[in-house]
Amino acid sequence: MKASAGGYARAESVRHALDLLAGSDGQGRVLAGGQSLVAAMNMRLSVGDLLVDISKISELSGIAVEGDTLRIGALTRHAQVGTDPQVQAHAPLLKDAVAHIAHAAIRNRGTIGGALAHADPAAEFPACTLALGATMHAEGPDGSRSIAVEDFFEEVFTTALNEDEILTGITLPIAEAGEMQILEEVARRSGDYALVGLCLAKRAAGHRVALFSVGPKPVLAMGAMAALDAGDLDAAVDALSAEIDPPSDTQASAAYRRHLGGVLLRRAVARLKGDAA
Amino acid sequence: MTIPFNNPDRPNSYIGKTVPRPNAAKLVQGRGRYVDDIVLPRMLHVAFSRSTVAHAKIGTIDLEEAKAVKGVVRIFTGADLAEVCSPWVAVLAHLKGLKSPPQHPLAVDRACWVGEPVVAVVATTRAAAEEAASMVIVDFEELPAVTDTMTALDKDAPVIHPDLGDNLAFRRLHEAGDVDAAFETAHKVVSASFRTARHTGVTLEPRSILVDWNPAEGQMTAYHATQAPHMMQTVFAKHLDIPESRVRVICGDVGGSYGIKVHVYPDEVATAAMAKVMGRPIKFIADRLESYTTDIHARDHEIEAKIAVDADGKILAMDVDDWTGIGPYSVYPRTSAIEGNQVVNLCGGPYDFANYRAQTSVVFQNKTPTCQYRAVGHPIAVAITEGLVDMAAAAIGMDPVEIRRRNMYADDAYPATSPANMKFESLSHHASMDKLTEMMDYDALRADQTEARKQGKYRGIGIASFIELTNPSPFMYGIGGARISAQDGCTVRMDPDGSVVALSGVTEQGQGTEAMLSQVVAEGVGVDPSNVRVITGDTQVTPYGGGTWASRGAGIGGEAALQAARALRASILEVAAAMLQADAGRLDIRDGQVVDMDSGEERMPLAELGRIVYFRGDTLPKDLPRELVQTRHFITMEYPFAFTNGVQASYLEVDTDTGVVTLLKHWCVEDCGRVINPQLVDEQIRGGIVQGLGGALYEEIHYDEDGQLLNGSMADYLVPMAAEMPDMQVGHVETPTKESELGAKGAGEAGTAGAPAAVMNAINDALRPLGAQVTEMPFTPERILRALGKLQD
Repeated sequence: MKASAGGYARAESVRHALDLLAGSDGQGRVLAGGQSLVAAMNMRLSVGDLLVDISKISELSGIAVEGDTLRIGALTRHAQVGTDPQVQAHAPLLKDAVAHIAHAAIRNRGTIGGALAHADPAAEFPACTLALGATMHAEGPDGSRSIAVEDFFEEVFTTALNEDEILTGITLPIAEAGEMQILEEVARRSGDYALVGLCLAKRAAGHRVALFSVGPKPVLAMGAMAALDAGDLDAAVDALSAEIDPPSDTQASAAYRRHLGGVLLRRAVARLKGDAA
Repeated sequence: MTIPFNNPDRPNSYIGKTVPRPNAAKLVQGRGRYVDDIVLPRMLHVAFSRSTVAHAKIGTIDLEEAKAVKGVVRIFTGADLAEVCSPWVAVLAHLKGLKSPPQHPLAVDRACWVGEPVVAVVATTRAAAEEAASMVIVDFEELPAVTDTMTALDKDAPVIHPDLGDNLAFRRLHEAGDVDAAFETAHKVVSASFRTARHTGVTLEPRSILVDWNPAEGQMTAYHATQAPHMMQTVFAKHLDIPESRVRVICGDVGGSYGIKVHVYPDEVATAAMAKVMGRPIKFIADRLESYTTDIHARDHEIEAKIAVDADGKILAMDVDDWTGIGPYSVYPRTSAIEGNQVVNLCGGPYDFANYRAQTSVVFQNKTPTCQYRAVGHPIAVAITEGLVDMAAAAIGMDPVEIRRRNMYADDAYPATSPANMKFESLSHHASMDKLTEMMDYDALRADQTEARKQGKYRGIGIASFIELTNPSPFMYGIGGARISAQDGCTVRMDPDGSVVALSGVTEQGQGTEAMLSQVVAEGVGVDPSNVRVITGDTQVTPYGGGTWASRGAGIGGEAALQAARALRASILEVAAAMLQADAGRLDIRDGQVVDMDSGEERMPLAELGRIVYFRGDTLPKDLPRELVQTRHFITMEYPFAFTNGVQASYLEVDTDTGVVTLLKHWCVEDCGRVINPQLVDEQIRGGIVQGLGGALYEEIHYDEDGQLLNGSMADYLVPMAAEMPDMQVGHVETPTKESELGAKGAGEAGTAGAPAAVMNAINDALRPLGAQVTEMPFTPERILRALGKLQD
């Protein structure tokens, strides 16, 4: 199928991009790595968009440690996230996630900001940021604002970003000494979207558990976290099962996904304890 | 003279060796010429507005908005094309009772599956054509859809084609011996239900066609990604009312076919019809969504089957009840009854037993039509047979290799006729099984399996013996009235520079046909393969032939090439003998030189002989024939098919918490007779295994109960990919067919035939200690966990 774009403009700066969005009469779509958007356009699932290409805005790319936070620019490519030593040291969950994201060609083009703004509930990065308690940074016509990750993901492909806003980057608390971050997922094939995935972070303050591919948005499993904090794994699995409402599709039923959530939680906890599982 | 193929030191010993593929550099450098690479002056593009519902009466069609799109040149409806293209009916006389309604290139009154072409938009670009096609408004008045195979014949099921009376397209019952008596008195009877999922072929290059009608010459030229150019020539001629001699089908590079590109597709015939009406070239390239909704599907079978064995594991009887849903039309001209028919023909294939009953019921439904796809019917028949044999072995406590050894036809039992009436010239089941168990070190693998189980790992070994039908005679299609050639021909000529050109009726779709032809001709004439240029896929140029399907390229096309090459060699030596005043019988051609047969002494390069023949023929004796072009044809006569055989094994591990299967290793030993090019044969086997593994673990077309296709993309229809594929070890036993001098049988489908059954048996071997069993493909993680009873809904 041939894509049918409503127009294309390359933004020279964030301000320029915001102006283009503001002038698009609601038709503007931010084009970053294009690994989801262009595929959708090529299926004619998205028609008539004015593409605002932000990929040349160099200030949106890069990884830096600022005090006790790790800042990752929205245009940082998956491949960069996966190989960056600062990410490895301070947010190893993201590095592990990259190994599960699609294939090399997609990882070389796709961006972390694009993945988060796209908000595919089956994608790894949204759940990772939820598990790590990230803060999202957006720019709009009225200036910049920060959004807590817990408030960011709203529905399938829907976030708290306004139509005239651009996600510019994220910040994460850098891993504490002794913090453990674990990602477990099951996919039909290497690089496929997970049937279910689970992120587990263990910090001094307690556990954080986030799941993906279990509903319309990534889920922070509060009940399971509390049970893990209390040292009761069986209760955590039961709680997890109750707090997800996974979909059925051609790959797996809700019952399978619910079961898998529990399996992955047990495996992640076993890895916390150093078992190979 | 018989060529001593087995002597590697013979002159010109190219047959049996891996030689470079003549077209490989062209393809990897991006210099191939696929249909979509061809651009003709005044060329237009077509896009189709397709049915969005599974079954509907076509009401009013509103084209106003579509016509207004910039670039649109003309729009055709079914009624428009019905005036210039006659409908076809896909039945064959030898498939008794097969029925199918007339089919038009665009749906006329009713649409019968999601994706059926309804309106064709011709425009200056594909984008404009698509844009306009999306604005065509068809009033679909929905009719009840038939989507379930097993209830399609129920009294209250809607009849898709009322003129046909019911939804039964074809039914065949075959019975040999006294099946009921054998089951009644048997030591052990094991029964099971099997299910193979709906697949499609997912060719790398989608279906593609570019048709040019030249009214000045009254000639149609179709550039077509097809496996059977001469068959398509007939189809276009017949249904567009053009003399056959005025249709030329050119088949350049083709990016994979797997049986998908051997059928007549309504959108492709529509493209030809519109090109003729408009007098302008029109190109149609299917996109991936169109591929999923309109490429033929296959393998959608549901089976109840049982086997009876005695206390020693001897098979006493098999009983198979096979059902398949083929969509609303039998596919032209090969028909959609062949797959079910093959299940009947092939079940129990490797085994020497007497009492056999099999019935196939082929029903219409409102889904994409199904037809022949790589290893037609084989994976189904092998899964049924090998699944039952393994279950029987487990039931009587016998090793799965042992039960097969006790039942396979003895290697010296040929010729033999199976209870399904298949005639076997010479097979090697026992030699193949011996080689397989040695390659895989069967006993060590069993020990590893036991060790793993102690560590809580569930590993399984699965064996699958099989037979494969290759080198078909006219008994496959011609006998039923289809103009599909079982014969094939090759013309070989020597040019003045001493190089050789071979023109063959078989075709290349990426599997290496041209490499095979080049080495056969090189050996037959006595030149280096690099001095053989191969031309295939042009009905105006090559000898008439069937093309490449049913694993016939090497066995049929290769033999024709060998005979033509040897005839050219004789012609060359006749001229050389006159020039050298020698006895032709004492001369030979080696590496492009005429040499003395006994000493090998070089007497004359072929280029010199070419110079004399073509430019100084006056110096040769007046009566001397100088026919440096020779054509030979080949057709099998003694057996309807050249059966091959083989056996595969899978070793895998099942994660009993997630249901995920990890393939650890795969083996295949097969006997395709003469191996012409070991690397190409191994690649065929491996590629075939991968397609079989796809069926076992991944591939499944999903429809909802209304007949909507649910997974029409590469993200949702899972094909096997490299990361999940195991190491595959391939071995060969060579039992050449005596029907030809070359001795080659086919190798294209063996891998696909056996792999799903090997995986199924391995999974069930792994799960047996847990009391679980799976028989519904693909074996998804969920199906495995359900078999283990681990899911609560």
